[in-house]
Amino acid sequence: MWPRAGGTPVELFESFLAAAVRVATPLLLAALGETLTERAGVINLSIEGAMLAGALGAALGATAGGPWAGVAAAMAGGLLVAAIFAAVAVWLRGDQIITGTAVTLAAVGLTGAIYRGAYGPAGVGLSLPTFAPSVVPVLSELPGVGEAFFAQSVLTYAAYALTALTAWLLYRTRWGLELRAAGEVAEHARAAGVRVTRIRVLAVLFGGATAGLAGASLVLAQVGTFAEKMTAGRGFIAIAIVVLGGWHPGRVAGAALFFGAAMALQFLFQTFLLAVPYQLFLMLPYLLTLLVLAGAWGRTRAPADLGRG
Amino acid sequence: MTALQRLGSAVRPALVALAAGLLLLAVGLEGAGYSAGPALAALWRGAFGSPDAIFSSLLPRAIPLIIIGLGIGLAFRAGAFNIGAEGQFYAGAIVATWVGLALGGWPRAVAVPVVLITATLAGMAWAAVPALLRVRFGVLEVISTLLLNFVAEALVSWMVVGPLQEARHVYPQSDPLPLAARLPQLPGTRLHLGLALALLLALGLWVLGRWTLAGLRLRAVGLNPDAAETMGGVRPLRVLALALIASGACAGLAGGSEVSGTTFALFQNLSPGYGFTGIAVALLARLHPLGTVLTGLLFAALEAGAGAMQRDAGVPAVAVYVVEAVVILIVVLSDVAARRGDTRGAV
Repeated sequence: MWPRAGGTPVELFESFLAAAVRVATPLLLAALGETLTERAGVINLSIEGAMLAGALGAALGATAGGPWAGVAAAMAGGLLVAAIFAAVAVWLRGDQIITGTAVTLAAVGLTGAIYRGAYGPAGVGLSLPTFAPSVVPVLSELPGVGEAFFAQSVLTYAAYALTALTAWLLYRTRWGLELRAAGEVAEHARAAGVRVTRIRVLAVLFGGATAGLAGASLVLAQVGTFAEKMTAGRGFIAIAIVVLGGWHPGRVAGAALFFGAAMALQFLFQTFLLAVPYQLFLMLPYLLTLLVLAGAWGRTRAPADLGRG
Repeated sequence: MTALQRLGSAVRPALVALAAGLLLLAVGLEGAGYSAGPALAALWRGAFGSPDAIFSSLLPRAIPLIIIGLGIGLAFRAGAFNIGAEGQFYAGAIVATWVGLALGGWPRAVAVPVVLITATLAGMAWAAVPALLRVRFGVLEVISTLLLNFVAEALVSWMVVGPLQEARHVYPQSDPLPLAARLPQLPGTRLHLGLALALLLALGLWVLGRWTLAGLRLRAVGLNPDAAETMGGVRPLRVLALALIASGACAGLAGGSEVSGTTFALFQNLSPGYGFTGIAVALLARLHPLGTVLTGLLFAALEAGAGAMQRDAGVPAVAVYVVEAVVILIVVLSDVAARRGDTRGAV
């Protein structure tokens, strides 16, 4: 599936773009939920743990009842992790960053223990039922980009839909207006009758569900198996993507694709620049993100009450 | 309150939190179908069961945890969220390996300090990037320090197959450090002189934090940056950046002492997450330097015991992460309770 040497330049570009979209999908799913969460004024580092719980849920669910059961279990796993975070950091108003780190740590431990309990101490390589790419008629025949964007797994289409849904929720509903008010100046919002804590809890839970979905797409549409700590920081990357996208769902989608492309680029480079060690390309997405974040300064603004209890 | 009482009041909730964490582990293990008794017994044996467990497993593990925890405590007190100690640790480890391998002919009394100092500088440099990004470009250090962890891990994975790979080019690891570059060990054990270093550092930071202007400024910025600026004439961003760099120095030193005192070589996954456990160590000590020594020992005991628990009772070692997480959450919640108590008193 990854770009191979020997194709025509057009084929190469198409397979590169397809890889970029595939890699970007879990990042986008998690980042959209985190966008909503952060717009409500909460920074939730535990989406890394929620994604991991989602990945394990996807594996357990898919083993028991096929890929769709995997998706349902993944969202439940993500919700569970988010509920713990919401209870401590939002409801009881504990420090958000420290709580998020701790909840992620707990998720790493719990998923590792449950995985070994369920599949034996050796943790043999699982082979799970996965989603095959669903080809969208007509759209997938668009030259250049058609296959990359419209011959993906159903979870990628879910990410497109979620982008629109998040934007609609944020900008076109009363709830979205109250949510943004809760994230900007919580005290004023409270005075105006907005139930800030309730909104924040709901936003965190929404973010947990999408992070769980992200874990599902990682397992069921990308890797096809589960491994301890398999999210490898993707939840944290999603948080960087939210900043990169300036807290706007549409731009967050662009930022996720940018990051996906940076990661897919390393496969392309590995194919052609054999002399350059591939480990150096592993750094590329992170360094690019830092550069873009530095460059984006002054042009984006975080929600004013982000991170304050 | 005397200093000792203050330390006591910092440690007591820690012990309660730890006991709660272990209790929850026991309940969880029973619930998951393991028997908790033998598992916890194995945990205890792995940490304290024999002189060998104490001197070759527990204490060597405590060294990086204490040093990193001290640095993170420093950063957190200034309100700088350094989640990147793992990366800074690796920066120190890489440079320590590089320098150590080059100093084979030097006298030990010179080579070892050079190795440790260059490792410290490497950690500082690694933390200076997020500090600069924060001050000049407003990039939150939570994000940038996290991202740089992945860069550091990739750098190590390249180093051990590239410039620093062993001369035989078989395994992805460096050659062992020459004797001249190794920290002295207690004969017959794996305990090395880094422990003394960690204790001195803790004492030094405690003295600095308590009786110097720099310590006062640090606390002032962490408690209320606006007030520190208007009332105290402190530049909060500058203090935050310096604290971040200082905490990077600690993590770099920990990386250097790990290579020079324990592993004698660089390889992937050199750190079993010391940078993250260090956060728990610092928080549990309520960022108190002397308390950090105790909590560092506690977490080292947990991690030393976890290996034995997996070996003897078949419980996955990662389960102790749950204990660590519960401990952190209890500390967070007790802070919440204390804050509520404060405001009630004020009203």
